[in-house]
Amino acid sequence: MALEAFLVVAAALFCVGLYGALSQQSIVMLMMGLELMVNGILVAAGGFWYAVRPVVDGQVLVLVAITVMALEMAMGFAVVTALFRARDVDVTDDAGDLKG
Amino acid sequence: MVWAVGTLGAVAVAFGVAVFAVDSMARATFALLASFLCTGGLLMLAGLHYLGVLVVLMMIMEMLVMAVFMVMYMMNPAGLMPMSMLHNRRGALAIAGTAFAAMVAGIFAVPWPEREGRPRGDPAVALGEASMGPKMLVMMVIGVAILATMIATVALALKSGRYGDGA
Repeated sequence: MALEAFLVVAAALFCVGLYGALSQQSIVMLMMGLELMVNGILVAAGGFWYAVRPVVDGQVLVLVAITVMALEMAMGFAVVTALFRARDVDVTDDAGDLKG
Repeated sequence: MVWAVGTLGAVAVAFGVAVFAVDSMARATFALLASFLCTGGLLMLAGLHYLGVLVVLMMIMEMLVMAVFMVMYMMNPAGLMPMSMLHNRRGALAIAGTAFAAMVAGIFAVPWPEREGRPRGDPAVALGEASMGPKMLVMMVIGVAILATMIATVALALKSGRYGDGA
């Protein structure tokens, strides 16, 4: 039952993040949605480690997910900075094309 | 255990929802931080103490940086002039709700396997030994990815760089 509890929490976090990633206009808020989605993956991986197979592979997976989250944020901020500098834009609707 | 996970998880989800419900962008950042702190607690409940503490420490720093970027780029960082910054809200709600329903149905439909074995010794020691031993390739790839990200972010964000003013 513990695994189901972990997975339901993970699914809820993932879907709240999905809603944010799909609905937010601000690029920084969109990144927060993506972070919440990775947050859900962390909870699911921790739950699997605890309730299914408590070997080190699961921990390495969690570590990779944490790293991906940090890299996503760093790249996202760099893209926002470049976009803002090039076009004075900070919302997704104004950045619908790659070259302008 | 189930109650502890449920309670901490409910708080994490509530703060996650608050991220997209509050007016102030600074408040949204700290709501996301609170959600991550609960995730750290959930990892500790699962017995992954080192990774739980790592998430807590890393997210405190990351969200402080996020708050600075919020104030830099958001139109309304303090929530003094409430405005809607959403598009296709109903569609996003429908997609997220459907995905959640499908996931919960799958979670309770799948016969999950029983727990295999017990953790041998301290999980933090096991992770350290694995990352310096059989899982070293994963850690090397992570290291190269971090280096590549550092170079790429500087190239992107620098004023005189590839995509700067002179481009």
